[in-house]
Amino acid sequence: MDDTELTERLARDLDGTFESLVQAHVNRCYAIALRILGDPHDAEEIAQDALVRAYGALGGYEPQRIRELRLRAWLATIVVNLCRNRVRRRPLPTTPLGPLVEAGREPAASDATDPSHAAAATADREHLAALLAALPERYRIPVVLRHVDDLSYAELAEVLGRPEGTVKAQVSRGLAMLRAAIPANELEELTA
Amino acid sequence: MSTMPTPRLNLTDDAPGGLRDLLFESAPVHVPEHVLIETGLADRMAPIDSPLGTLWVAWNGRGVSEVEQADDGNDAAARHEARTGRRTTLADAPPEPLAAAIRRRLAGETRVRIPLDLRGRSEFEVAVWTKALEIPRGEVRPYGWIAAEIGRPKAVRAVGTALGHNPVPVIVPCHRVVRTDGTIGQYSLGGPGNKRTILAAEGLDPAALEDAARRGERLSGSTTTNIVCWPTCRHARRTQDRYRVSFRSLREAAARGYRPCKVCRPTAVEAAA
Repeated sequence: MDDTELTERLARDLDGTFESLVQAHVNRCYAIALRILGDPHDAEEIAQDALVRAYGALGGYEPQRIRELRLRAWLATIVVNLCRNRVRRRPLPTTPLGPLVEAGREPAASDATDPSHAAAATADREHLAALLAALPERYRIPVVLRHVDDLSYAELAEVLGRPEGTVKAQVSRGLAMLRAAIPANELEELTA
Repeated sequence: MSTMPTPRLNLTDDAPGGLRDLLFESAPVHVPEHVLIETGLADRMAPIDSPLGTLWVAWNGRGVSEVEQADDGNDAAARHEARTGRRTTLADAPPEPLAAAIRRRLAGETRVRIPLDLRGRSEFEVAVWTKALEIPRGEVRPYGWIAAEIGRPKAVRAVGTALGHNPVPVIVPCHRVVRTDGTIGQYSLGGPGNKRTILAAEGLDPAALEDAARRGERLSGSTTTNIVCWPTCRHARRTQDRYRVSFRSLREAAARGYRPCKVCRPTAVEAAA
């Protein structure tokens, strides 16, 4: 079910359709929160809270307003706002750019049969996640929305309430900072 | 262009795939279920101890949605699902704050707040159940009292029906509402035997109550205060035997110069008669 059909059905029958919204969007809500906050436990709480708030908000909207919702951007906005509140309440420890170990994380299941290949992928992921977590918030959030959640720049502009040109520049600057932080041996593998 | 066959990190502005492949991670599988429970679109169910043995309590983010008696949790969950249309999963125990609140309510604390999910119930039913919540542990009131207190003095039978439909017995103490003739009456949670058991667990003697009612002792007054109460009102029960006087009706008490207690308000039922 695409989002147009989803909003149409939500407008007609919120309680009967909300589970479909959860199934369609829970993973991206989680992934956004995980890569903004860097902590799986926080991300789980934020994803859950965001969807519960979305349900509450939808319950108060007129059907026409629900039909007109751009769900992807709308949900991302809720997640981003909750992440910002969380950071404000309990500032993240500032971590230096460099090799970091994310404690308590199970290596993700991989299709790769070669264990060394899987291990390399996990190491990449953790390294990259740590670098991302160390970016200043104003670059980290745009990079996550654009490159982890795959939102368009137009959607980014809507979520962040800034002009498209600004968010483009922030994404670009964020990526440049990530590139600069990646050790030379890995840089060799980056495209120019 | 890179000559590498599969670049591990592809950080170009227009190739989101590179980061996404590495950094997108799916939510733990229980997150969707938690969202549905929190929003009241699915329920959980778990056993609790009570004077009636194991009871099964269903709840969601809005509050407790049902209390029922069953030998088996799966049966209880299946019935709850059929009644509510909401997917119901079993848990080992309610969340500790809820479990603690239920324990304290069963122990007689009146100031314990237990949120209830009473969606789809009529205003009248909710008014009846809310009024029943005011009856303290160890006391009983007749159906007619509830009818009068909620401003529907003629709806005595409807009050009985609403109490029979109470989805959260024990938490909403419909067992503390008895027939107007003083007999204990019906109970939705497993029948009248259970009603006697739970009243006895709360310190009452159901058989003695019925005997007194049969002797025509419907109300209890004190010769020192000239106040008349329901027999189980805490003010009636602390009256010493030598000062106690019984009445068949409020009219009889009034004729002897007694005024109704302001706590248990025996006025109401008489007004209905």
